[in-house]
Amino acid sequence: MVGGLPSFKIRPIAQQSRSSHLRTESGVIKWILIGVALLYLGIFLILPLACIFTTAFSKGIVAYTQAITEPDALAAIRLTLLTALIAVPLNVIFGIAASWAIAKFDFIGKNFLLTLIDLPLSVSPVISGLIFVLLFGAQGTFGPWLIEHGIKIIFAPPAIILATIFVTFPLVARELIPIMKAQGNDEEEAAITLGASGFKTFMLVTLPNIKWGLLYGVILCNARAMGEFGAVSVVSGHIRGLTNTLPLHIEILYNEYHFSAAFAAASLLALLAIVTLIAKSIIESGMHREIEATQITSGEKR
Amino acid sequence: MRFKNLLLLLIIGLIGFLTLSCKPTTILSVNEVTLLNVSYDPTREFYQAYNAAFAKYWKEKSGETIKFNQSHGGSGKQARAVIDGLDADVVTLALAYDIDAISEKANLLHKNWQTRLPNNSSPYTSTIVLLVRKGNPKNIKDWDDLAKSGISVITPNPKTSGGARWNYLAAWGYAFKKWNNDETKAKEFVAAIFRNVPVLDSGARGSTTTFIERGIGDVLISWENEAFLAVNEFGKGQFEIVIPSVSILAEPPVAIIDRVVDRKGTRKVAEGYLEYLYSQEGQEIAAKNYYRPRLDSVIKKYADKFPKINLFTVDEVFGGWQKAQKVHFADKGVFDQIYQN
Repeated sequence: MVGGLPSFKIRPIAQQSRSSHLRTESGVIKWILIGVALLYLGIFLILPLACIFTTAFSKGIVAYTQAITEPDALAAIRLTLLTALIAVPLNVIFGIAASWAIAKFDFIGKNFLLTLIDLPLSVSPVISGLIFVLLFGAQGTFGPWLIEHGIKIIFAPPAIILATIFVTFPLVARELIPIMKAQGNDEEEAAITLGASGFKTFMLVTLPNIKWGLLYGVILCNARAMGEFGAVSVVSGHIRGLTNTLPLHIEILYNEYHFSAAFAAASLLALLAIVTLIAKSIIESGMHREIEATQITSGEKR
Repeated sequence: MRFKNLLLLLIIGLIGFLTLSCKPTTILSVNEVTLLNVSYDPTREFYQAYNAAFAKYWKEKSGETIKFNQSHGGSGKQARAVIDGLDADVVTLALAYDIDAISEKANLLHKNWQTRLPNNSSPYTSTIVLLVRKGNPKNIKDWDDLAKSGISVITPNPKTSGGARWNYLAAWGYAFKKWNNDETKAKEFVAAIFRNVPVLDSGARGSTTTFIERGIGDVLISWENEAFLAVNEFGKGQFEIVIPSVSILAEPPVAIIDRVVDRKGTRKVAEGYLEYLYSQEGQEIAAKNYYRPRLDSVIKKYADKFPKINLFTVDEVFGGWQKAQKVHFADKGVFDQIYQN
């Protein structure tokens, strides 16, 4: 709070000088650029989004609620949420561990680990799915053993969750590594020389420093986990009511010519995307405020 | 503080969502048998109606309540999924070869499966027809017109779709007969058709959507039942069926997956399910969904619905599915040679 006060004095000056500088540029060009940007946004973002919602409600609100509350749709929503609820926390734990190791320590094979983390991003989702079929399918490496013991992985929720984890694997780690690297080791070293344990250092120094980046990574990871189509499609078996996630359910409805129902389900995913964007902008503003605050306090100290 | 609040909100929201949506699962009855029917693309509407009818019939007969699970996709793709461990009690696929593959590659059912039910285990038949846009603007009358330049033809990928293989063989059979059993001519003819194909979808339904919804192509080579569905329901008044001079008799077979029903203890229900397809009611549901029935009484009743077409069988022209598959659709087979050029 102490750092908040001076910022009021500094900010208006900075803003004034910046905006007067802009005003000296040609006003026409400015408006053309803004117009082009808005037009582009309108055609490629707002129009499709509006289209989803208008088609979803094209048969009325009753049809819409029916479409998203019928048993198969509910099962798809449930499976999608369950998948995200398992995949996201696991990837958060892994992401923090991996980025901590990579950003704060030196060890042999560090670059190899980095490449490995990026692998799911560079591999086509279809292949990500096929990997699990080849491993756990009836003809796969572990298939016969699994059948013998009555364990179902492929064409069942476990495979869908595994495939989702694989695909969203890098998202949290990728978000955290640059932040951790930028912050360096100074604060942790200080904490340890002052006698803090490794765990305490992590909880009290490292974690608070990365929290906004972490939340951002969680949101990205969650969005992808709920929206993943390719990898999940390969391992799902498409049994409606059992192994259909929301994106697969949309495809089935579309193929059965239930267009308004398909778009109703799609609107749920679109809604999720919008919530994600809002959460992201809240987080970004929070991040900026905090960064500004720390800059000002450190400036004062100097 | 803000960060912790946000995180808490997120977690509470997710858990709340999940518990709210979870309610229906608690109503799981114990006396329920589940049956998974893994089928090909255009049978969705048919099996939806048939499952309801059979569930009623079975409930009266044995008192058991059946819950049906359906999975649809390209026939070859579906067979692959069953081989890879999709627990199908019954498969109802587009062609015998795909069920043969399940028997051969995974040994999940007996080799002689096709003799276990009447009519080669095909309770209904269909054929391949042409679907054009209203008024037939490109004046398409027969297979010859599909090979002309400037015509855009929609058909799925024979590698993954059963319907696509029937489409391909129908065109081949026509050319083969036209040029007095000349294979090179037939190959040239089919190659000319496939040069006119802008996009190969993985299943028959995907191709129908491409043609009807996305408005791509001048003509769709299609299952007769899918074409009827398109004309009468999906796009009423926008499309016309063109009956070619010659086509193929398509026999989509059904079978029980022995290993699965024995493991799950569902053999009796599964057998009843497939046998009921041959009953009066089963046949009528098939006919209503534009599949050609086998039962004489039902054939007569729906005679005006199905136009008479000169049909040849796979055995006549290709010497059976095994051979047709090996020559035409295997790796480096005729289709690969055609499609590469």
